Amino acid sequence: MKGFFDARPALAAFGVLGLIAAALVAAEGLHEVAQAALNGLTLGTIYALGAVGLTLVYGILRLVNFAHGDFLAFGAYIAYLVNVTWGLPLAAAIVGAMAATALLGLASERLMWGPMRSKGAGWLQLLLMTIGLAFVIRSAIQWFWGSEIRTLDVNVTDSVSFLGLRIGQTELMVVVVGIAVLVAVGLVVRFSLLGKRMRALSDNLALAETAGIDTRQVILLTWLFAGALAGLAGVLSGALTNLRPELGFELLLPIFAAVILGGIGNPFGALSAGLVLGVVIELSTLVVEPRWKLTFGFLALIIALVIRPQGIFGQARTV
Amino acid sequence: MTPPPLAFTLEAFTNVGFWTGVLATAGIYAVVTLGLQLNVGFTGIVNFGQAGFMAVGGYSMAILVLEAGLSFWLALPLAVLITMAFGVLIGLPSLRLRGDYFAIVTLAMAEVVRLVAQNARGVTGGNKGLYCEFEGVNQACFDDSWRSVSDWMLGVIENLWPDPEPLLPLLIVIWVTVAIGVVALTYLQGTPWGRVLRAIREDEDATRALGKNTLLYKLQSLAISAVLGALAGFFLALFLATIHPDDYEPIVTFFAFGVLVLGGLANYKGVVVGAIVLWALLEGTRFVELPISEERTAALRFAIVGAVLIGLMAFRPQGLFGKRDEMVLGD
Repeated sequence: MKGFFDARPALAAFGVLGLIAAALVAAEGLHEVAQAALNGLTLGTIYALGAVGLTLVYGILRLVNFAHGDFLAFGAYIAYLVNVTWGLPLAAAIVGAMAATALLGLASERLMWGPMRSKGAGWLQLLLMTIGLAFVIRSAIQWFWGSEIRTLDVNVTDSVSFLGLRIGQTELMVVVVGIAVLVAVGLVVRFSLLGKRMRALSDNLALAETAGIDTRQVILLTWLFAGALAGLAGVLSGALTNLRPELGFELLLPIFAAVILGGIGNPFGALSAGLVLGVVIELSTLVVEPRWKLTFGFLALIIALVIRPQGIFGQARTV
Repeated sequence: MTPPPLAFTLEAFTNVGFWTGVLATAGIYAVVTLGLQLNVGFTGIVNFGQAGFMAVGGYSMAILVLEAGLSFWLALPLAVLITMAFGVLIGLPSLRLRGDYFAIVTLAMAEVVRLVAQNARGVTGGNKGLYCEFEGVNQACFDDSWRSVSDWMLGVIENLWPDPEPLLPLLIVIWVTVAIGVVALTYLQGTPWGRVLRAIREDEDATRALGKNTLLYKLQSLAISAVLGALAGFFLALFLATIHPDDYEPIVTFFAFGVLVLGGLANYKGVVVGAIVLWALLEGTRFVELPISEERTAALRFAIVGAVLIGLMAFRPQGLFGKRDEMVLGD
């Protein structure tokens, strides 16, 4: 069993999850489980979108970006500006949020991470700077929008039914937009030249540079990519629930969980782990009270890190 | 009436009660950060769970007093032991991980502690927090024993200095703890034990090759840090006269890291200076009456800590008093 787990960790993990799901179906009924899984998919989409960018930045630059959650919150508030303050449709808000957050990522690279890398800064030094950046972004949000809870102009009452399952119109929008973008991201990372370069840098930056890849350009594009996805995740999260300055930090740990479960630097791992994590967290509400679900998610992170620090999709290497 | 822009309020500047509060907060942060200094500055393990250890200490103490009916003086050492055991339990599986993974595990651990405190309403009082238990008209609070000692101390002080601040006894206890902590940790650093810790920080594999059980040393370092966290948890509970999940958010750990890098790594006295400077800076914003709302002033404090972290890491990573040749951030 141990041998199998080491050889095919992802398969083994999905096997275990499948068994748990089967047990839940037996105990709670198919309908309940399917409804919870559907809710989980909505949540997981947001985690997955946040995790892809974070894992690429982490893998390529060894930058543990504690400000990534606040990138999401920043995107959500930009969407509020476009959608509520200016009264434009949500689609425009999504585009605006993605563009603004991409620029934020790019600016942070040009002003902070690039210069610090050329100084030869260590990982802890950079990590503390990301915490500083997180504080600055959060205080800027609080400065301009205050700490009251705000909501985007979305339809929260209508819902759609199919196969006896109900999903709110906004949730449906989140899942459709989210999954479509995730598939597109997966295709870009897998097949495009840029995606191949990103993965090459993530594997070994020095080697990629020797192979003639313009690493500076790929790094900038990675920040654009990570920022835009974070912005999108932020808007979707804001549409699903609401906006508050702490939003970013609340999302940060589950996103880190997805990054680590997927194996750091592995975008496909982060995608699947984000979705799986969302589903697992929502399924847990069938067993424990909903107020415990985040605790459950973080415990899962700790246990996963301790048992298999290279992630369920990563190969065993020095970690 | 709106205050004139940039007016200085001298009442606040000369307000003794206000400064006592600031010094008490700085002292509590100094205690927490001494643990971080031992971990990060002298052992090279990046512990992001100090807020969690504070919560475990504070909650254990209050629960032992209020629910188990133990005396306050028995609850204190027991809560220290519980926190220490908790630190070892967390460290045992996670200290084998790479540095950045360990940082994330400890952060997640602290959040789990806080979420449990928030949700296990039966024991921890949930979002109402813990302070007193009512039995009919009698009420018992976790700090009753402390307050009788505090009143006695105030009586003694009153003979020497009339009309002392009510917070003064707690302030004295906190800063005596800080002083003992600095002296004891500085002494430990000179012992063979302390040298092994530094060796682990510089090169763990080499230290292991020399036959040292590095995991054991790292566990001890983390356990001591957890104890300091528990003490800070007690002080915070006595200072606020309540225990509430929101007082143990990860922000506390991040602020403590601000104190740590401000004072400089691998320097215990720097922690003391860093704590006083950071809190004087943060509370000093109150003297300048900016023409902005309360909420924006709160936002400004976050921005200050953020700017301190970014600026120091970019331009002076050894902090105010760190030694450049002993800096552990550059590698």
